[in-house]
Amino acid sequence: MDMRVKKKLGIKERYTVMTRDLGWETTFQPMDDVFPYDKFEGIKIHDWDKWEDPFRLTMDAYWKYQAEKERKLYAIIDAFNQNNGHLGVTDARYINTLKLFLTGVSPLEYMAHRGFAHTGRQMRGVGPRVACQMQSLDEIRHIQTQIHSISNYNKYYNGFHDFTHMHSRLWYLSVPRSFFDDAITAGPFEYMVAIGFAFEYVLTNLLFVPFVSGAAYNGDMAATTFGFSAQSDEARHMTLGLECIKFMLEQDPDNLPIVQRWIDKWTWRGIRVLMLVGTMMDYMLPKRVMSWKEAWEIYFEQNGGALFNDLARYGIKVPKCAEQAGIDKEHITHQTWAALYQYGAATDFHTWIPNPEELDWLSAKYPNTFDKYYRPRLEHWAEEAKKGNRFYTKTLPQLCQVCQVPMFFTEPDDPTKISYRESDFKEEKYHFCSDPCKEIFDHEPEKYVQAWLPTHQVFQGNCFTEEADPAAPGFDPLAELLKYYHFNNGRDNMDFEGSEDQKNFAAWRNESVKN
Amino acid sequence: MAVVAIEKYEFSPADSQEKFNGNQVLYIGWEDHLMFCAPFAFAFPPTMIFKEILDKVIPDAFGYHPETSKIDWSQAEWFKSGKSWKPDVNKSLVENGLKHKDVLRFKTPGLKGIKGSCS
Amino acid sequence: MSNVFIAFQTNEESRCIIDAIIQDNPNATINEQPAMIKIDVPDSLTIKRSTVEEKMGRAFDLQELQIHLITISGHLDESDEEFTLSWKQ
Repeated sequence: MDMRVKKKLGIKERYTVMTRDLGWETTFQPMDDVFPYDKFEGIKIHDWDKWEDPFRLTMDAYWKYQAEKERKLYAIIDAFNQNNGHLGVTDARYINTLKLFLTGVSPLEYMAHRGFAHTGRQMRGVGPRVACQMQSLDEIRHIQTQIHSISNYNKYYNGFHDFTHMHSRLWYLSVPRSFFDDAITAGPFEYMVAIGFAFEYVLTNLLFVPFVSGAAYNGDMAATTFGFSAQSDEARHMTLGLECIKFMLEQDPDNLPIVQRWIDKWTWRGIRVLMLVGTMMDYMLPKRVMSWKEAWEIYFEQNGGALFNDLARYGIKVPKCAEQAGIDKEHITHQTWAALYQYGAATDFHTWIPNPEELDWLSAKYPNTFDKYYRPRLEHWAEEAKKGNRFYTKTLPQLCQVCQVPMFFTEPDDPTKISYRESDFKEEKYHFCSDPCKEIFDHEPEKYVQAWLPTHQVFQGNCFTEEADPAAPGFDPLAELLKYYHFNNGRDNMDFEGSEDQKNFAAWRNESVKN
Repeated sequence: MAVVAIEKYEFSPADSQEKFNGNQVLYIGWEDHLMFCAPFAFAFPPTMIFKEILDKVIPDAFGYHPETSKIDWSQAEWFKSGKSWKPDVNKSLVENGLKHKDVLRFKTPGLKGIKGSCS
Repeated sequence: MSNVFIAFQTNEESRCIIDAIIQDNPNATINEQPAMIKIDVPDSLTIKRSTVEEKMGRAFDLQELQIHLITISGHLDESDEEFTLSWKQ
């Protein structure tokens, strides 16, 4: 009998056969009609076949490994829940990081899912289409796993109950939200640079490693687990982003200035969003992993430095904003926490003044800035709080038109001066926190004039429920705003000291070790 | 520079003055008092007399600071869009030439924040 | 000269993968953190399937490392036998 031995296909061939070779040049409709969005940005692609597939994951392998990750993840979540794992965290202040994560970051995973689904459909090359489709599936998996992991906390602690509603409305959440709105309303190539490259490659480690290591250091197995489980998908995302950059730059030299401008814009926008993560690292983790300054030095200056060294052969330069970010690394977390603290009546998580040991940690980690500029106000606030005069600001802040952060950033060469920038466009004035934000506006003003800025929306009367009546006697604008936000006023917000979370955690932990 | 788009890309601004129920937006920041993390935003009637800002608005919004009660308005320096500016306190905002979304800063010489840290 | 790196979750399987990396990449530096191990190597890092199988005592498909992987840095090249990260300069 004839035995024919077939040679097994190698990984590259298998991948090609099961992805690229399933694509075709359309004849029934013109390719330009089937893919109407991949030329308008001015990016020139001559040969889509030159796309290199870095992670050669066919669908069968994808399902197998993702299913394995899911099985492990949900087993850990079950064990965590069954064992009242929430009582194992260092202290209940830690739980506020999860409130910030669920309302601020998880919805971005959902938008990434939609963004990659849309962008993938728009790319006429089969290679990126497949990779984007898989990333879209990964991203919806991420939001699902985050919701599942964090849902257990919702049974016991405040602030977790309406994250989708809050993401679309809260004043500080418009920072991450507007970041993604900006990306998904751009064209497919800009989206890939914004999210696939700047966010997923350059900056991803600054988001996940602190949050997830922070969870691990503080005894939160549920968050550590979803974090690491998501990160393994992120490695594929990183390679997609990097490949997209390389591909565009290798296809046509005319693409270089367009790509460079996008890298500059999106690195800056990403850094502005990440300051929430930095603040979390420096102020909200009872057991700290490292300082934001240290994380910036490892993951951006060193690691990002290696990346841009490598990309220099294409003519790509380190983003312009890197210099300012290097100065800001010693300031922004302190400035952000001070802002969240004073607006703590309107945050969906608790805020507090760090205790004396924690203040000393901050002094040690920020020897050039903390004691000189930031300790005095924190100590003053702590003294006042002891006297029953805890600082809550009721007046709304001015916001940057682009990053939408309150204008609390200072001049790069003088941290005692607020950085004010402005532009006039079609007889309206617009304000910015910094040169990079102003430059982003000046390049595409028609985009940013449409921004839904929380402070202005409140003034326009758009942030009240239908029942609210501003003309009624005793109308309390802050209380009405919090109703619009779906806050449980007095439970979700205000200082950690005296909160229901604090009392409950202490009582339950006490119960778990007594008879 | 125009937005690169698949078709005409023109949208009206979300924050033009007529959307503010008869008010205009004014931002006010107190130099060297970073305890108030950012300049405050206000929606005022254009006919409001400037003096009301000194007498009522600022003590109310900035009152938490121990130095607020020490402000000597006769010494205060004002800046509009960063340039030196002098308000006529008995005239209205619009009469003072203040437009929608203008930004003012005031500096109070000698007052340098908590322990001189500019907080 | 820049470092590439790879980070894994700390578990029994990744322990074998890491042992393989150390054997095949003599310039590797190990950094242990809660629940995570990060390995830095100047210029280029290679994971060989045959070495992993030797450490693990069973057949191993290199793509299986995705279950344990946290993050990477460097350009990736993947084949059935080797998983390589490098910076081209």
